[in-house]
Amino acid sequence: MPAATALEATTADGALLVRAIILPVVGILLSFVLGGRYAERIAAFLLPAGLCVACIVFLKIWQSETSLSYIVGNWKPPLGITLRADGLSVAMMVAMAIVICLIGVFAHANFDSRVASVETRAPMVFWVMLMAISGAMNMIFFGGDLFTLYVALELLTFAAVPLVCLDGRAETLQAALRYLLFALLGSILYLVGTALLYGSYGTLDIVLMSQRVQIEPATLAAATLMTVGLFAKTALFPLHLWLPPAHAGAPAAASAVLSAVVVKGSFFLVVRLWFDAMPGLLSVAASQFIGVLGASAIICGNIVALRQKRLKLLIAYSTVAQIGYLFLMFPLAADPLHLQYGDVLTGGMLQAISHATAKAAMFMAAGLVYAALGHDQISELGGIARALPMTMFAFGLGGLCLIGLPPTGGFLAKWLLLEATIATEQWWWAIVIVAGGLLTSAYVFIVLSRAMGPPSAPLILRAAVPKYQEVAALGLALLSVLLGLVALGPIDVLQVGRPEAPMAWLR
Amino acid sequence: MNAATLFGLCGAALVGIGLYGLITNPEPLRKILAFNLLGSGVFLLFGIIARRAAAAGLGGDPVPQAMVITAIVVAFAATAMAIALVQRLGDETGQASISSDSSETGEEKS
Repeated sequence: MPAATALEATTADGALLVRAIILPVVGILLSFVLGGRYAERIAAFLLPAGLCVACIVFLKIWQSETSLSYIVGNWKPPLGITLRADGLSVAMMVAMAIVICLIGVFAHANFDSRVASVETRAPMVFWVMLMAISGAMNMIFFGGDLFTLYVALELLTFAAVPLVCLDGRAETLQAALRYLLFALLGSILYLVGTALLYGSYGTLDIVLMSQRVQIEPATLAAATLMTVGLFAKTALFPLHLWLPPAHAGAPAAASAVLSAVVVKGSFFLVVRLWFDAMPGLLSVAASQFIGVLGASAIICGNIVALRQKRLKLLIAYSTVAQIGYLFLMFPLAADPLHLQYGDVLTGGMLQAISHATAKAAMFMAAGLVYAALGHDQISELGGIARALPMTMFAFGLGGLCLIGLPPTGGFLAKWLLLEATIATEQWWWAIVIVAGGLLTSAYVFIVLSRAMGPPSAPLILRAAVPKYQEVAALGLALLSVLLGLVALGPIDVLQVGRPEAPMAWLR
Repeated sequence: MNAATLFGLCGAALVGIGLYGLITNPEPLRKILAFNLLGSGVFLLFGIIARRAAAAGLGGDPVPQAMVITAIVVAFAATAMAIALVQRLGDETGQASISSDSSETGEEKS
């Protein structure tokens, strides 16, 4: 049973959670009041401040080993809204805050709102939406009831769609519209689910729900609808069709946010739904089905990525594949005889975090290559590794993390998942994980070998690439490599506030 | 048949029509309209749930009503955003369609 204490009152330092959500909102409002030319300066102040709050919350939870909660307006659930931070949410929050800050550093070159004497639209939209995404993600991590999570999910979508079509070209507008339509279908399915659950249990609070929930038709229908809706938003195969054009068409900094941060929001909700709101409700057959979708995503995404001719599309399809790994944790954690439920969850979350850092680094590297060459055709990358060594090094390190070579975070995540496949005797998922790694290494190798090969014609760089952009990409790539070392440190924080595994007494 | 069941069937019919339209219509504007129809069905569902829980003596359970107001605002904002995108797309290309042949395969060829 989840800790019932979380219901009782606002814990000390609970107000920090409100601050994490309010800070970006204040930034957005200030940007509108002061005008778009100040948006970047406001973001430059507020995003690091958000990172500080995230770090403080993380340290508090890591040291005290209890979760924080805040009851909004002191109206207790089931009527009121609770914000809760447990181990999962703070780990994701810190990781996302770091990624967003580094993306902000990278984006300074493309969306500098200070140079123009008049307000220009793209920088204003970019910085406001970056702050909105950071606030919406924090709300998703802390939201204690399913309806607040719905609102947070919608905020995230509304902040993400404009980023797709920042440059206003017809094909990016089309990609944004398709993304929005998929997302709207997803959110309305989620909303039907919340209505059915409220009708059945009279509450949407996650802790109360987990105590009342029973296996009955209405609950199963609600859970299925919500899960399918969230799959559409996370772009899990076969609902991934919107993702490659949307992520590949956006400017590099926006692609990095979309691929690294935004898809993790709806994934996090799936985890909340099945592990917190309805623990033990996931049947073996359903979990195997989710696993099959994840495995298909890994295989299809990687094979289609191999066939891409453009670097950004390749990275976008690789996101489709990496999302598949996230959903392999469901069959591995739902096995009733499985004793290491916590390790699977840790593996899945590490995969989300290491993919966020690695993929942001790779999209940034691709953006720098595009800026330098004026195109991103993989077959004509020859010589770029000599011209932009730091960028291609960042790309390579990110690739290592996606493949899952030690000591990267991707290695640790996949290792935990592999261990779970052996512990639960579900060897078929192990084949998928290993095959996915091989396919990933194939396309990373293709790109790197082209980049290190000789140029077909003397290489003329169209634009000089600012050093700090390369450093931001390399910083994220190094983070994804060093993430493997968290095994020595704060990895236990993920378990804070977790209900005990259903069969934990068997240990 | 009591009122709740009748309204429930109406909501289900709206959801069905909306879902059918959202999936089968190729035109973005029709998809947006279908989304709104689907949304109306879901809002009706919230209304029924508020009504059904009125056994406590209140006229209706206020919590689903509060939720449905939020959901309507969200759906309104989503519709406005989608319409703006369709209009912009129409301005840029002279037609508004989201058929995949121009975006996906076109990019692969280029």
